[in-house]
Amino acid sequence: MAFPQPKPQPPQLPQHLLRTINCQQGAVRAVRFNVDGNYLLSCGSDKSLKLWSVGRGTLLKTYSGHGYEVLDADGSYDNSQLCSCSSDKTVILWDVATGQVTRKLRGHAGKVNCVQFNEEATVILSGSIDGTVRCWDTKSRRNEPIQVLDEARDSISSLKVSQHELLTGSVDGRVRRYDLRMGQLHVDLISSPITCVCFSQDGQCTLSSSLDSKVRLLDKSTGEMLGEYAGHKMKGYKLDCCLSSKDTHVLSCSEDGHVYCWDLVEGSLSLKLPVGKAVVQSLSFHPTETCLLTAMEGCVQVWGAQPEEAQDDTPVSQNG
Amino acid sequence: MAADSEEDFVSFGTPLEPLEEDEPLKKPVPLHEQTVKDEKGRYQRFHGAFTGGFSAGYFNTVGSKEGWTPSTFVSSRQQKAEKHHARPEDFMDEEDFGEHGIAPREITTSQEFSSSRRDPAAEKARAVGAQAALIPGDSLLEELIAPARSSVGVELLTRMGWKEGQGIGPRLKRKPRRQLPVTAGVCKTYSCALPPAGSEELEEDDEEFAPEDVTFAPKDVTPVDFSPRLGVQGLGYRGLDPCLALPGQDADRHVHLFRPQSETRSRLFGDRPGGSKRGGVAGQAFGVGALEDEDEDVYHRDSMSRYDTVLKDEEPGDGLYGWTAPQQYTRRADRSRDAAYLGKILDGFTLAQKPLEQKTVFPPPNLPRDYRPVHFFRPPVNVSRLCGVSPALAEALRSSRGHMVKEEAQQGGRHQLDSGQRGALLGEDALQGSGSEPGSVMDLLRPEDRQRLLNLRTATAQRPSQAPPPGPAPPLSGLQQEALAAWRGSSSSSSSSSSSQSFKPFENTPGKQVRYERYLSRLQQGDAGALEQSLDPAMTEWERGREREEFLRASILYRPSSSSLSTRFTRAQQPDAEDAGRDQQGDGQQAASGTFGKLTRETLEWHPDRLLCKRFNVPDPYPGSALVGLPKVKRDKFSVFDFLTVSEHQKATAPPKPLEEKKSRWDVSKETGRTQNQAGSEPTGPALDHCPSPPQGGPAEPHTAKEEEEEEEEERPSMDLFRAIFITSSEEQSSSSSEEDGDEDEEAKGDEEPVKLFGIASSPSSSRLAGPDLSSSVDFPSMPLALSSSSAQMPSREEEEEFGPKLPPPSAADATGGATASYQRSNRRSKEKKQKKKQQKHRKEKKKKKHRKHKAKQQKKSREEESSSSEDGEGVQPSTGDLLKRLKSIRTLNTW
Repeated sequence: MAFPQPKPQPPQLPQHLLRTINCQQGAVRAVRFNVDGNYLLSCGSDKSLKLWSVGRGTLLKTYSGHGYEVLDADGSYDNSQLCSCSSDKTVILWDVATGQVTRKLRGHAGKVNCVQFNEEATVILSGSIDGTVRCWDTKSRRNEPIQVLDEARDSISSLKVSQHELLTGSVDGRVRRYDLRMGQLHVDLISSPITCVCFSQDGQCTLSSSLDSKVRLLDKSTGEMLGEYAGHKMKGYKLDCCLSSKDTHVLSCSEDGHVYCWDLVEGSLSLKLPVGKAVVQSLSFHPTETCLLTAMEGCVQVWGAQPEEAQDDTPVSQNG
Repeated sequence: MAADSEEDFVSFGTPLEPLEEDEPLKKPVPLHEQTVKDEKGRYQRFHGAFTGGFSAGYFNTVGSKEGWTPSTFVSSRQQKAEKHHARPEDFMDEEDFGEHGIAPREITTSQEFSSSRRDPAAEKARAVGAQAALIPGDSLLEELIAPARSSVGVELLTRMGWKEGQGIGPRLKRKPRRQLPVTAGVCKTYSCALPPAGSEELEEDDEEFAPEDVTFAPKDVTPVDFSPRLGVQGLGYRGLDPCLALPGQDADRHVHLFRPQSETRSRLFGDRPGGSKRGGVAGQAFGVGALEDEDEDVYHRDSMSRYDTVLKDEEPGDGLYGWTAPQQYTRRADRSRDAAYLGKILDGFTLAQKPLEQKTVFPPPNLPRDYRPVHFFRPPVNVSRLCGVSPALAEALRSSRGHMVKEEAQQGGRHQLDSGQRGALLGEDALQGSGSEPGSVMDLLRPEDRQRLLNLRTATAQRPSQAPPPGPAPPLSGLQQEALAAWRGSSSSSSSSSSSQSFKPFENTPGKQVRYERYLSRLQQGDAGALEQSLDPAMTEWERGREREEFLRASILYRPSSSSLSTRFTRAQQPDAEDAGRDQQGDGQQAASGTFGKLTRETLEWHPDRLLCKRFNVPDPYPGSALVGLPKVKRDKFSVFDFLTVSEHQKATAPPKPLEEKKSRWDVSKETGRTQNQAGSEPTGPALDHCPSPPQGGPAEPHTAKEEEEEEEEERPSMDLFRAIFITSSEEQSSSSSEEDGDEDEEAKGDEEPVKLFGIASSPSSSRLAGPDLSSSVDFPSMPLALSSSSAQMPSREEEEEFGPKLPPPSAADATGGATASYQRSNRRSKEKKQKKKQQKHRKEKKKKKHRKHKAKQQKKSREEESSSSEDGEGVQPSTGDLLKRLKSIRTLNTW
């Protein structure tokens, strides 16, 4: 009361390129942080999945076993397992340390676009171009999925899991939220093919990017739109969007080689991050810090709020 | 029912086996195998009927040691045989004693304990008797001395000469005389209500005629007849029960054997029979003075015997005589009413205590003679002209006008009118100073004050218009939201016309209608506070509240038909996908206009799998249901994948044949594969491809490619070609990667690689089954970044990837640049390899493109390959040879 509240610092944005990692695995289809943000997974179009250290940019392990380009990957909460999905219609559960295939899950009728562990890594959820989400049990040896969610009328492009909720974005222009606790399915119509969906960190909102070059923030409970973010270009490619770790900003890839960063509340463009000339295909925000990964073609860029020390910075600038 | 009845039956023997129509006839069992066994499984020999039939055997004796020898026979002279008292049971066998035999020896419930055989009527009668008796619970003694089934009493009675149908008791003299035909008595009784004394006299007279020495048995009590009703009488009709209806002398004669208070007993004991009468039907002793001791004959009623017209010693068994209680003739109605209904009251009904009230019907008034049915109205009084009149008087005047005021008839009460209307009705002058609006305090103020107030008001009015509307506006009620949603969609351009055309709910109050239309127009603009703003601020709070309510309801009721219809109907865009049509029509509009929320949201019940809930650590939301997924089966989508999954499963179950083929081909090219491994000239991971390749065999390659293109015909290559190429490519890939193991330690690929390889290779082979999927899986395998001509690659990709958003193209230039920058290798050999691989990659890529774009003629191409490969350098040679070999094998496949 006597003391005024400390003045809130302006939110920091990952605007400094820390390093560029050439993954050498073809086009990087997706780049993902692991659960604590120390490692990153890059999904290559040469059928390999690679694990990198974010801090040093070194390759730790390569996971090969997919028969076609890897499209998405996720790490389990204890970093002991990875799951990845591929155009070869399979989902593979990997052992992180040995790099062996723990399980190979077949059942999708088309290429699998997105994959996600649930919170305890007991279920792998995979969304495919065949319009289904399949829930695979990792605890049992069953080869059949626990449940197949075939409500979508078109390809599932994106999938996210929170504690008891499952968010799927589909090309039929709908964001579906399966609430396991309530036993309800909420369908929000966004009349444009969805490319990516996200939960906000507080779990109250959903973010969805669609092919009409808009990113929309919807209230989870009512489906009302809280914010609309435009300016980027997302016309034909399946690009990612995400929220910053503190829900202060909305980030989206763009086909014009930038990452667009909007203020969540105001909806104003606060940063237009030039990544390169080609399409920024994937991005991932650090779970706690202000750190961003972007993937463009064969490279992964690591962005931070502060420019790093000199010896790290120089090669980056060389590359950039 | 059928099952029950089936259970009731007891089946004996073994049922015949059901006949099968097409079954071959069984071979008849030969005679020597036809054996009969008894219950214990012993063989029974069949004897002739005269030799004992079945089971004649106690070793062929007649079931006894002695055989046919009579058991009475005793062969001793001294010991004469005792006379054997033979009973029928002696001649019965087990079957006869069995359950269904002629003399069953079974433990059965006796009649007393059988629940069904109990006579309910008898018990009821006993209970009634007990109640009717002087001491309630009188029948206790009877119950104590309950007779056995064929009771000793009956036996004793019969021995004493009692016969069935007779009454019990000492033989009487009077009784038979009653039973005699007394025609005079009957006549008298029926002709007019004789005084009881008269009949008594008659009895006295009759008695004299009776012979002295003849006695008659008393009349027996008629048991209640439970015979099924066969007659045509009404429901509940019963013949006279003499026990109830005629308690007079008959009841006296009724001997209560064990009842201490019974009259006969008391007579025996010399008691006065005074009180015993009251045991009968209620009302019997009516009218008897308290001091009168002998009252039985005071009001004597009909006795049964008086109507007995049959000359007979004994009465007929039922004793009913078809007589239906004509006591009403002998008694006044009110008194005998109870008795008249005796025996007529249906079970479950009681006699009403109070008689039914008669409805008094008043006759219509008599019209005066000169009445004409024509109404004429009195001349109306102009109330409004009488200004000084009190309202009550005005009301009276108006009512005296002879006709009702129209408005009042239409609108329910005075609360339906506003103050202006009420004033008009009451004939009040409009308040001076105000125009159309009801007057306010403003009119009474001085002009300058008024002006100042007005200024103030405008100042305050502007403020809330900027700020959110005050009061109850922000929390919109559900109705308000609904109305808003219904009207918002309708375009404002057509709003004026539509509203003018549409229903006007408040037409009779123009001011209200104007306000309502204002409200509607605001609704159409999507104004959330439309209601509050369109109300008249000059009205009272109560009136405003009422109007608010009315407007809301009206707006919802008469919502624009376009929106109400569009919520229900949809224009089908495609004949099969009506949902999609609806989306684009209704919700899509909302989504397009950026109004997300209720309209774009759809909430469905969804049943997660139980195991899924368990895995998510969530309680099952529908614990009872075994349903999974959406409860309503909306199987409206028939995607290609519905059918593809089938083939997928087939693939999973049966190891696919293509795998076999591939394996065999692999075996064929084993040696060459090994050499290829040594040379390592296969196309490898794309990282290696990034290196810019100084084209060694390059000039030759494009040339041949061009030639090929020229020679290609417009035929689509067969599936086998595709398959062969893609399978080999994956093999090459894997072999190269396994080769890379030595060079690059980052790439940790184990020995299980070939095993995995087959798993991988199975997916392209399975894609062969899935027709449309083939092209999409075809285009990639080894292309990633190797192409310098990514622009040429793009269109083919785009036309192949038709589902959803595409994946961005991997651009070569940037990646290769990156690769050269970061990927520095001291190993020269590997660099060389890379170059060679690159070459081959190029060639292969082109070939593939050709396959995709145009149609290859297989043999020619392979020949071309041969020629070109011969020109190739040493390092490339083994791999191209391998390639050729494969192509040849394809050719042979094709020629098959």
